Parts: sequence; structure tokens; C-alpha cells
Amino acid sequence: MLNDIPSAAQATYWSIPGPVLFSVIAIVGLACFAYIVAKRLTPLIRGERDIRFDRPLLRLERLFKYWLGQWKHPRYRTAGTIHILIFAGFLILAFQAFSLLILGISGDAVLSRFSETAGHLYGPIKDYAATVVFLCMVIAATRRIVFRPARYAVPAKFGKGHKADAIFLLALIATLMASEGLIEASKASLQAQQGGQPVELLAVLSLPWMMKNALFSASSSTLWNLYRGAYLVDVLTFYFLLCYRPFGIQFHVETSLFNVYFAKLDRGTVKPVKWGLDAAQLDQVKSVGVKTFEDFTWKHMLDFYSCADCGRCSDQCPANAVGRPLSPRFITTKARDYSFQHYPVLGASGNGKPLIGGIYSEDEIWSCTTCGACEEECPLLIEYIDKIVDLRRGMVDDGNVPKSLQKPLKALESRGNPYGKMEKKRAEWTKSADFQKTCNVPILDGTKSADTLYFVDSITSYDDRMQSIGRATAKILDHVGANFGILGAAEKDSGHEVRRFGEETLFMALRDDNVEAIKASGVQRIVTADPHAYNALKHDYKDVPPVEHISQFIAREVKTGKIKFNPVEDADKVYAYHDPCYLGRHNQVYDDPREVLDAIPGLKRVEMSRSRDRAFCCGGGGLMLFYEPKEDQRIGVLRAKMAAEAGANVIVTACPFCMVNMEDAIKVAGLEGKLTAIDLTELVDKQLVRESPNGVVAGEQITETRQEPSSV
Amino acid sequence: MEILVCVRRVPDTAENEIELNRAGNDIERDDLVYSINEADNYAVEEALQIVAKAGGNVTVVTVGGDDDEEVLRREMAMGANQGVLIKDEAFNGSDGKGIATILKAFVQKGKYDLVLTGVQAEDGGAQVGGMLASLLDYPFASLVNSIEVLDGKKLKISREIAGGNKEMNEIDLPCVLSIQTGINEPRYVGMRGIRQVASLDIPTFGASDLGVAASSVGDAAAKVKRSDYFVPAMGKGAEMLQGSREENIENLIGLLKAKGGLK
Repeated sequence: MLNDIPSAAQATYWSIPGPVLFSVIAIVGLACFAYIVAKRLTPLIRGERDIRFDRPLLRLERLFKYWLGQWKHPRYRTAGTIHILIFAGFLILAFQAFSLLILGISGDAVLSRFSETAGHLYGPIKDYAATVVFLCMVIAATRRIVFRPARYAVPAKFGKGHKADAIFLLALIATLMASEGLIEASKASLQAQQGGQPVELLAVLSLPWMMKNALFSASSSTLWNLYRGAYLVDVLTFYFLLCYRPFGIQFHVETSLFNVYFAKLDRGTVKPVKWGLDAAQLDQVKSVGVKTFEDFTWKHMLDFYSCADCGRCSDQCPANAVGRPLSPRFITTKARDYSFQHYPVLGASGNGKPLIGGIYSEDEIWSCTTCGACEEECPLLIEYIDKIVDLRRGMVDDGNVPKSLQKPLKALESRGNPYGKMEKKRAEWTKSADFQKTCNVPILDGTKSADTLYFVDSITSYDDRMQSIGRATAKILDHVGANFGILGAAEKDSGHEVRRFGEETLFMALRDDNVEAIKASGVQRIVTADPHAYNALKHDYKDVPPVEHISQFIAREVKTGKIKFNPVEDADKVYAYHDPCYLGRHNQVYDDPREVLDAIPGLKRVEMSRSRDRAFCCGGGGLMLFYEPKEDQRIGVLRAKMAAEAGANVIVTACPFCMVNMEDAIKVAGLEGKLTAIDLTELVDKQLVRESPNGVVAGEQITETRQEPSSV
Repeated sequence: MEILVCVRRVPDTAENEIELNRAGNDIERDDLVYSINEADNYAVEEALQIVAKAGGNVTVVTVGGDDDEEVLRREMAMGANQGVLIKDEAFNGSDGKGIATILKAFVQKGKYDLVLTGVQAEDGGAQVGGMLASLLDYPFASLVNSIEVLDGKKLKISREIAGGNKEMNEIDLPCVLSIQTGINEPRYVGMRGIRQVASLDIPTFGASDLGVAASSVGDAAAKVKRSDYFVPAMGKGAEMLQGSREENIENLIGLLKAKGGLK
């Protein structure tokens, strides 16, 4: 019924019948698109293997949440809202676009064929959708031209800005919306003028409705010409846009669905050196890590295509914030530019140029603290840490390691700790006279056994300041009557940063030694106060007993009532909890440490503006403490200032590396006397009610209550 | 260019707590970790860089025991084409001249255009390079901190002079150079690299293979013998400048100039 007036299929253009013209446009457009996409797939086929077809149900669930549900978008309220509106509009209009394209060829309104009611229902929805999308284009362009959010800027060292591209794209979409509106408006006006026909109702205040009102006095031949013209513009714009998208940020319209579906599922982990390669075969491979573009996995290449260049990763990146030569956004866009340049749509595909010294610098790749803030933010779930680690693996394999890191790596190889300290001194921290009087820490060397292992790790074992965290942890374990011990000289560095700095073989050696020692100790569970060790034991090690961070352990014992706190001495002090990256973001332990703090009577706690999954890194742990980055200021200094701005006088953390960085930062920032740092274990130890009521410290009873499954 | 680099395995000063043994004539060696002598590592890196530009092979050689294979493999993982272990009971207790005598015999068995040593061993006395050159009747330059290959027959080298100055020299090949640390940035040797060369064959040469008379080397021939070993008592710490501010400034500038910190 809606087709009683001539449709585009009945129109002729320069004496060419509509169906012929539009069939040709469709065939050419689709063929070009198919060709371009095939070209874009070339590097993916040459790329490294990546196993991403497992756990389809979980992937689908995440597809609903992150793609259809646009889960990450509201984190940036303005841009996110605009995006959600455009995305929803596109989903609604996809059907309209499809039926319009068919209309020109067959003269058929697709939806009306199925159900007239559906057609009438869809009409106003799509009119409003097109209107909203059109308005969003105007707002987005205004933001780009007038408000210019800082995160869209491209520093000269990273290449050219993309403002013109962005505005061109917005204009194309706006053209598409406008032409569709005009098609509807001119058609409705024609129907009205011809009279006697049921006129398709246009949604009030929608774009077509406004256009129809504007065409109130137009003659029917003008309306017909407008209709014909708008239809041609719409079809041409559609196919142009289709073929233009694989040339830039707009490609994410196509790739996002796949990128989210195939996104990494396991937090806290690092990809294997080569998917499908047995670790034992690592020595036989000629080259490891990413050295050329083709060494990236196909999924990592898909990441490059999928980046919408929104700049949220770099906006959150601590390395970028202090002027280190790393900005995650440009890790992606530089690789995309490389790919487009070396795998051109026309011409031969080249390959094999080194990335380091080419599009990336060494310092850029070493600058990453692997805090994960970028990945947490990316609406398209683009991965960064695995790429950084892969690039570092390539540099390590080429012997290209900064001198500042070579010494600790060598020491880790020969002594099992980055400081080159003697193995036999690893348990020295337990031997201070004062401590030994109150707490005995057995070494599980075969002569003694226990059910809980306290995995101390290198910094807490050897660093004079951090040994206090070790002693506090031991006293807490002792207080609740845990039957625990340490590995002593048999413990090696967990290797967490060794792996993340790309020295996989050394990591494997450290891990194997530790796994053997842990198994020999016969323990059933592991506790650690070092989130890096926690993450390593939980995700990088296999076949070890379940591991808990001390904050989880304390939180549980607070609930069971075995840990009780005295009120804080100074009720005026304000505490802020700093989330260590490997406890928070990488392992989602946000609440336990906060619950422990809130259980301390009289303790006033504030949140920093950046906390929980948006917490700002302290500057990085493990080998990062040895690396000498090029930066304008220390990352920790920014963090200390954030604590001060939140009104805190005490920054509580739960990681020895955070402690190193925060204490240094407080001095550098000139906040001494105004801000202090304390580890959660130290605070708990200080506030503990020591008088055990009714003498509940018998080992037997404790073992019973400890049998509940730990949360790992 | 065929390059021979003479290397040595030493206790790693960064990763050991050096203590005297009970007898007081050596350090306690039970719990030591060893590594390549740092200056030797720079020499190997320099050799690799020369070969990368000019072509050729790098051979690393050490005089020692089976344990010393470890450093040869590390340097092979770095890129040296071959490692050679020179080992013989008769070599035990050799002094600097003894080691130079052994190395001389080895150099003469091959055909090397360039012989490099580290500027000194961390537990040695910077003797071997010069003596080796002398025994071979080769030209010698010490404290070399840059090398440029001029043509097939000559090198342009610079030597470090006290106060941070540099002296440029031309030297004829074949020659012996002792390499100063800092001449380059040695590449990192990863554990994977070491494992990859773990099964490569390392040829061993003894006294008879080299035609070295047992009487010219080893304990018997050594004319320099260690008689004692001690850790000096800690001296006083920082020197405190006394006087008015102007005097202190003047003194400080004078001291800095004397030590080469100011020009």
C-alpha cells in the first residue's frame, strides 16, 4: 500500500532504469567491500596463532554485555551516552538501510511484505532513530570542533591528528540520515498531494516530519525529483561508507562484534609465548616474541583494526600521565597505520620490518607498568599487556634489554632474587630479636610441616623497610593460630615481573623451583601479602594449592571474630585505601581490604577520585623498580597528590611495591608530615586486640574453622 | 676478521658477600656465584659488533677448569661462534705470565687478526693482555674505548686517558687490545639463549695439544705468588670541608677539578 506512488525502482536516472542502476551500484559496492575486507584479512592470516574459539557461551554472554549492552561506555558519560545513542540508532536503522537498498532494485518494501503492522510500528521508531543519530553527529562534530576534549589530541611524536577524518565520517553518517529523512518526507508529501491514499504517518518532530513540513508547498515534480535524488545520494553514501570504513577508525563498526566476541577471557594472565607450543619446546624455536608486525597474533591485529581512537586508554594510563614515551592508544594506531601501509588495498603486501626502532621505541615498550588501566577502560576490549609483554619478549630474545634491568635479571638467574642477595639470608627478616620473642616463623624445610604457606617473595624478604610487612603478616597469621610456615632459602622470586618483562625462560625456571619447593612442603593453602606473588601463584603457576592475599584472609577472620580491632588512636586521621593493580584490577579484590579498614573502630576513610577499577598505579613493582624511565615526574607523586586531594593523611596500601613507591613519592612531593603510607598488614597488626578472649588460639580449633573453601 | 676474545670467570662482586676464608689467604668460595668478568663481556660485545660490520668469526677462549665452560656458553649465547676451553693440571697456579704463555700458544695455533682481552679481571691485575702481545710480538693498546676498522690491515682506536680525555691511535693488525668497560652496551643474554647453546661442543686443549712445556707454566713457573689476602679496614667516611662558605666553595671546586669532575 505504501508503494502506490512510484518507488525508486520505477525511477530513471539519465535514461537508466532504477533497478539496473541500483543493481550495478550494489554489485560494485559489495564487490569493492569484499575485496577490501579480503585485503584487510591478509595480515591476520599471516599472523601468529591465537586460541579464541573456546568457551562460546561465556563469549556470547560478554558479547551481550560489552557489545550490545555497551557496558564500558557510561564510564565516560558524555561521549559514552552519545555513542550508545548512535549505536542503538544504527542497530535500528540497519533494517531500514537494508530495505531501502532492496527497494531500488525490486520496488518492494521488505517489512510490509511480512507484516503491515510491523511496518507501521517500525516506521516512527526508525524516524526517531535517524533523528537521534543525526543530532548525535551534530553534537559529536561540535565536540570535535569547539570543545576539543584533550584526549583526542595527537602529540606530534605519535603522528597526525584525526580530526578531519572524524568530521568527514560524521558528515557521511549525517548525509545518510538526512537523505533517508528526505526520502521519507518527499514520499509522504507526494502521497498527501495525490490524495485518496493512506498517508504514511511521520513521527512528530522527527527529521522526516520536519522535512515534510518544509516541503509543504513543493510541487509534485519537485517532490519526485527530491525523492529520486535523495534515494541516489542515500545509496551512494551507503556504499561509499561501507567501502570507506576499512580505512580507519570507522572500521570498528564491522570489527567490534568480532573483537568483543574473541576478547581475552582470563584476567591476570599473560598469553603463552606461542599458542599451542609446549613450554618445553621453547628452546627449539628460532625466535620468540613480537619483532615484526607478522609476529602479532591475528586477534591482536584485529585489535588494531577495531580501535575507535577514543583515547580513553591513554587518558587512564599512568605512564602517559607522567610523560613517559608510552601512550597505549598509539601502540594501536601506529600498528594500524603500519598494517595499512604494508598491506595496502592496491599493490603488493610487504612484511618483515622490525617494529622496535621502526614504529615503536624501546623506552615506549619498557615504560608500561602493566597496571591494566587501559584494558579496563577500552569499550572494545582491546588488549595491551599481552602485546607489551610479547614485544618485550622479542627484545629480550634479541638481547635488547636496558642495562638497569640486566643486573637484576642476572641476579634472579643466579640467586633467585633481583638484589643478588644470598639465598641463605632469605629468612633473615624473621630473626630480629624483638620479633622472635613474639612470633616464631618455622621454615618448612622438611624437618617441619604446616598446612599454610606464607609466600613472602623477594622484596619483603630482603628489603629492610618491607620486612616489616613480612613480620606484620606473620604476626597476624600467628594471632589467629594459623599453622603456617615459610620456605626460607628454598623460596625463589615468584618471577611475576620476570615474565611480564619478557624473560619467559627465566620465569619458568623460577616457577619450577618454587612449585617443587611448595609441593615438597606439603601445605594445603598459600597466603601472601604481595599482590604480585599472589597473581603469579594464582594465574602463572599450575598445580599449587589455592592462594589467598592476606587482605582476604584478614577480612574473613574479622567476620569469624578472630580478629578484633582497638579503636584508632588518632581519630582525626583520615585514611585512603590505594588499590594495588594486581590485587584490584587484575584480581577484583576491592572490597576485602576496605571491609578490614571499616572494621577498625573510629577509622575515617575516604575514597580517592580514582579508586577500585580506575585506581591509578603507584609506578609499578618488581623489575619496574630498577628501570630508569624517561618521565617528567614520578607516577607515585601523582598518586600521593591524589590522596592528599581526597583529604587523606594516611594512604593504606596492600603491596610492598606500592609502599616503596608511595613512601618515595610522599618525600618527592613534599608531603612529608602531611601524608604517611602504611601497609594494611602493618595497620592490622597495630590495631589488633591481642588478649585472646577465652583463650581461643588452640591449633585444632583453628584448623576446623579454616576449612571453609578459600575464595580462589 | 677472525677475532679471539680471552675471557675469564670471576666471582660476581654484585651478588656475593666476599669474606675471607679461615686461613686468611683467599676468599670464602663455598657460597659464591660466578659470572663472566665484566670487561671481558664488553670485549665480546665489541668483537660481535665488529664482525657484524666487517664479517668474520668470534672465538672465546678461557684458561681454567670444567666449571668455566659456563661463561664460554654465556658468550656463545651472546653470539660468539665458538668457545674453547684450555685446561690442564699443569696450568694450575700459573701467574699472569703463565696464562699469557698458554694463550700465546693457542693464538699461534690459529689465525687471528685481532685478539681482545678485558682491561682487567675483577680478581686479577691487568697483566695478561700486555704480556700476551709482547710474547706474540704484536702491537698492543690498553684501555681501548672505541674501535673502528679502517681497512683490512689497520684499526683506528681510542684510549681512555685520565681525566676523561681520549687519545686516538692507529694500530696495525694483527694486534692485541685490552678493552675498557663502557665501550659499548653489551647485549642481554637470556636463559633461552644459554639453553640453546647448552649442547654445543666446546673443544678442550691441554698442554700437549698446545705444545706448551709444563715447566714454563703453572705453579712451578710462577714468579708472582700470593702471600696474603685481606680486606682493608674501613677508612674514614666523607671528608668534611671546614671553613667559611667561600672557602668551602673554593675547596670544593679545587677538589672537583683535581678529580676531573670540572674542567
